[in-house]
Amino acid sequence: MRLREIRDLLQGTVLTGADDLSMEVKTAAASDGMSEVLASPHPGALLITGLTNVQSVRTADVADISAILYVRGKRPGEKTIELAREKKIVLIATALGMFDACGILRNHGLKGVT
Amino acid sequence: MSEELLKRTFEVRGRDFDKAGETSAEVKAILKDIGIDPGIIRRAGVVTFEAEMNVVMYAGKATVTFILTDEDISIEVADQGPGIPDIELAMQEGYSTASDEMREMGFGFGMGLPNIKKNSDAFTLESEVGKGTRVFSVIRLDSNESTHARLQN
Repeated sequence: MRLREIRDLLQGTVLTGADDLSMEVKTAAASDGMSEVLASPHPGALLITGLTNVQSVRTADVADISAILYVRGKRPGEKTIELAREKKIVLIATALGMFDACGILRNHGLKGVT
Repeated sequence: MSEELLKRTFEVRGRDFDKAGETSAEVKAILKDIGIDPGIIRRAGVVTFEAEMNVVMYAGKATVTFILTDEDISIEVADQGPGIPDIELAMQEGYSTASDEMREMGFGFGMGLPNIKKNSDAFTLESEVGKGTRVFSVIRLDSNESTHARLQN
């Protein structure tokens, strides 16, 4: 699923990486616990989280995750956005909660990471 | 006998949440420049990042020593911290002594040390209460043949 489609389905706002919305993600991992995300490899996946601090981007970078979707209307600070820009990680924010965001994406074919 | 190709040391300060992760980012950049396999880099990144987060959460400061040889990557994180009273318990997935504040940072769910072990080909954890903890991880390069061949040439 392309990031553009994810943005449209969830009425999201792109915080950085607007030029990379044609990028495709095949899997997603949803968690507010970063070690949970690091526990299994997710190269090229979408990270869905309510954690907006700089460690969300650090985790995505370490795990080779391409994009982060912030849920529950939460927005990261400028430092976090700047780091994502530097690491070329796309950031999207949606007002939807974690459950609804995951449900919509799953219904449209995005798979979880096993 | 393996040949040492590169050695770097980094200092990590406790409680510095903003800078936590910078060492693992540097390690990752070094390995990427050399052309190490992305899967190996990811494992080294997870090991370093989780160990860094443990230092930031629990210890005053630590030294990270990163050594690349023609056979493996070794990462040693030696901290001056409170130490771990029961290592067996600390290695259990889900066991944690983290505070709510630490969990709000996205860490402290009892996965850090198990994640380090899982990504290591050899793993040692030594600790003395009141003095500190030493985590030692080795990741072999020959789990990917192309990386190994590149370093041989």
